[in-house]
Amino acid sequence: MTPTKTTDLKAGPSSTDEFIKGLWRENPVFVQVLGMCPVLAVSNSAINALAMGLATAFVLIMSNILVSSLRNFIPKQVRIASYILIIATFVTMVDYAIQAISVDLHKNLGAFISLIVVNCLILSRAEAFASKNTIGKSALDALGMGLGFVFALFCLGAVREILGNGSIFGFMIFPESFQEWIIMILPAGGFFTLALWLFLFNNYKLKKAKA
Amino acid sequence: MKSESLWYIFINASLINNFVLAYFLGICPFLGVSGKMETATKMGAAVTFVMIISSVCAYGIHALLVAINAPFLQLISYIVVIAATVQLVEMVIKKMSPALFRSLGIFLPLITTNCAILAVALFQTAKGYSFFGSLAFALGAGVGFTLALILMAGIREQLDFADVPKVVKGTVITLLVAGILSLTFMGFSGLGS
Repeated sequence: MTPTKTTDLKAGPSSTDEFIKGLWRENPVFVQVLGMCPVLAVSNSAINALAMGLATAFVLIMSNILVSSLRNFIPKQVRIASYILIIATFVTMVDYAIQAISVDLHKNLGAFISLIVVNCLILSRAEAFASKNTIGKSALDALGMGLGFVFALFCLGAVREILGNGSIFGFMIFPESFQEWIIMILPAGGFFTLALWLFLFNNYKLKKAKA
Repeated sequence: MKSESLWYIFINASLINNFVLAYFLGICPFLGVSGKMETATKMGAAVTFVMIISSVCAYGIHALLVAINAPFLQLISYIVVIAATVQLVEMVIKKMSPALFRSLGIFLPLITTNCAILAVALFQTAKGYSFFGSLAFALGAGVGFTLALILMAGIREQLDFADVPKVVKGTVITLLVAGILSLTFMGFSGLGS
């Protein structure tokens, strides 16, 4: 939440910058460590991770746009409650949409679609960015953050599915004799995979800082 | 499903399918306020309290929504009730113990966006628990959350004295410890069945 504020204070970062920062420099998962619950819970296969990421990104974009366009009308005291209502409305829409598109997918993701409401990432973008910036900038910010979130979820989901199931998107990529690492698709594997990715990120950052 | 005793629901929610370590619910406060034992205990108590109240409210709301045939309002009404409960708890804590209020900091209002609480409301509806079943479920979830938080805080207090390499300091080492905790909790699976 805090890194954004410093960006806001800088003399008008360009629109592309608002978009790019979410993808890499301020990646919501790897750098800001926000919205962890769905990241860990549904990343046990690449397709689940991708669907969850896209659903979250959609809610993020729509709610950022709406919050930004209403930012002059919402009284300060009730802003958080209003944001949550806005987010809950979009999540209900997504929930019914996914149910209509694929019942299987809806079953796999289970309650976690509804739980997008309480994804700290969305609320933090509404509070830290959309409530202070124009509609266009908020949309770009949400798009960047959303794609960054999808990217991170996919990274986790792919690693867990490849190691835990020997497949990617349901296609087997290892020979039959491959011994699956069952632990990777169990809850503990989620923690370990995320730790691994954060480790790689930290390593890269430290090396860069030294150079 | 119907034969589940209250005791089984409680054990299931607290140990076998621990909310934090098996369902990954409430990870944000789990990683955020598990640094100190004292804060962890009180945070756990606050979350458990909010869980029980919102579980009771959710049970009533669900019955009402079924009666007026408007299930699509479920999510919105649950979250409003939770937000109101959190506001209440916040005011009580601020009045009773300003020191605790400060040490919980931003994580107190963030209980609203603690997925564990909304999940209790959603899961109990999905599983169709009775009134007392819901209560046992909420209590179990709260106890499980507190247990995970306290275990984590205990380990992290010891970690402060350990020589941790710079590259894994902070979130990475916490996640690794959480993973190992999650593995140990897997030992509970099969309990009571």
